Amino acid sequence: MNTFLAVLRRDLRLALRRSGDLATVVLFFILTASLFPFGVGPDPNLLARMAPGIVWVTALLAVLLSLERIFLADYEDGSLELLRISPVSLELVVLAKITAHWLTTGLPLTTAAPILAILFNLPSEALPTLLLTLLIGTPTLSLVGAVGAALTLGARRGGVLIPLLVLPLNVPVLIFGTGAVDAAISGFPAQANLALLGAVGALMLFVGPVAAAAAVRQAVE
Amino acid sequence: MQAIQDYLAMGGYAAFVWPCFAATLIVMIGLYVASKQRLTKLQSEVAALEALDSPRQARRRSSSEETR
Amino acid sequence: MSETTSTAPQAIAPKRSFHYFANPARFVRVADAVYPWCFYAALICLGVGFYTALFVAPADYQQGETVRIMYVHVPAAWMAMFIYANMALASASLLIWRHPLAGAFAKAAAPIGAAFTFLALFTGAFWGKPMWGAWWVWDARLTSVLILFFIYLGHIALVDAFDNPDRGQKAAAVLCLVGAVNLPIIKFSVDWWNTLHQPASITKLGTPSIHSSMLWPLLIMAIGYMLFFACLAIIRTKSELLAAKQRSLSLRALHAGGGD
Repeated sequence: MNTFLAVLRRDLRLALRRSGDLATVVLFFILTASLFPFGVGPDPNLLARMAPGIVWVTALLAVLLSLERIFLADYEDGSLELLRISPVSLELVVLAKITAHWLTTGLPLTTAAPILAILFNLPSEALPTLLLTLLIGTPTLSLVGAVGAALTLGARRGGVLIPLLVLPLNVPVLIFGTGAVDAAISGFPAQANLALLGAVGALMLFVGPVAAAAAVRQAVE
Repeated sequence: MQAIQDYLAMGGYAAFVWPCFAATLIVMIGLYVASKQRLTKLQSEVAALEALDSPRQARRRSSSEETR
Repeated sequence: MSETTSTAPQAIAPKRSFHYFANPARFVRVADAVYPWCFYAALICLGVGFYTALFVAPADYQQGETVRIMYVHVPAAWMAMFIYANMALASASLLIWRHPLAGAFAKAAAPIGAAFTFLALFTGAFWGKPMWGAWWVWDARLTSVLILFFIYLGHIALVDAFDNPDRGQKAAAVLCLVGAVNLPIIKFSVDWWNTLHQPASITKLGTPSIHSSMLWPLLIMAIGYMLFFACLAIIRTKSELLAAKQRSLSLRALHAGGGD
């Protein structure tokens, strides 16, 4: 637990030192989403109908933007290798790094989501559900994304590869996330979608760190 | 003659049935030919390298301790 | 010479225990013996399959002649899944037992799987147009196959993305296994999503009670596809093993040349 907290604290400190990156992700999220009205027209009903999908897709892309930084700096300066040969469990270290990544991307995105909800006329009774799906779903994006980030360490055109690996695996999160908000908009209970979203997250909580740690071991071997 | 034309027309669905079969054949044959060509190319290249390598074998074996 | 195995992985860790058939040299011997049988059996099955699909099998009373597309579409979709399952097993044995053969096989099989997945999508579109009136509908099954296709493409891109081919195969193996865990979830989520959004008017393709006059050509075709895959897998796995050998030989030649 101590190592977990130590790595978490270190990664958070590093991320906060470069808080420009953090702001970029949130700005990207809001900017990209606000392009949609120019593409599909300003009809409020249409935008309200599309809001859950737009928020979720842009959140997914924003998370993608920041995945490379989970491991890359540590890989390049050799600290990842030190972490690997140290006696602490690499899975735990990876989980700490994923947590740090979520705290600096998923969480800010969730707090920025109400702005988009207003811009897109999302019915106010659906807003809590939207925030709840982001709160449950974005950790899964970080967990899956970390696997992609670790796999592409040392790869040629690694940054371009990550989306190719990660996006198909994120389809369930997208479906259950938007499904819950859609249900809330039309006045149906959203529990089923939320439960499934949580189940996917719980599974990836096991698979993600194990696979990412395996990939890190390969990368620094 | 009419029978053949009727057959080729596939009950009006010729534009859908034939491309499917054509694509299947093209992809399968293309994949086979490409794979086979790569294997033949590699086989000849490895044979050439081995021929180049074999005179050196004895020397390399004796000096392999120092070079490693 | 006894060093007919792929030498690149061995250079890193010379002492590794191999399962019996995972020895690349033994694989090549067995594969060379099996290959001609596989090849001619595939030729016969595909010949009979194509002939019956085009000339013997009856037209469907609802779908008319378009039902003939089923004989190339359904086996391709089966192969898309079957090959991925094979790759997942090979990936697991690469990561657990470090069989270099398993890595070569997974790398060799991925483009074949992608090709069959592409064929399933292509023929699905050409079957969908007359049946649904659109080249593409977001049908649950087509959508799942599309995502499988993306996963194949990711695998192919990753395996080739490293200067060290050994690392590429291992990274791709991790990806393949993560994909294997995810695919059932993706399939379920897409089905779930589809039932929520499906307009009632869409008529479902396939899975009617298949008459036996349609079933046996389909099965022969599927066996033909399977044998064809076996032939291609043998050829391509041998190529991967040879490529590894070529790399180590040319490295050695370079080394020896520099030493002179």
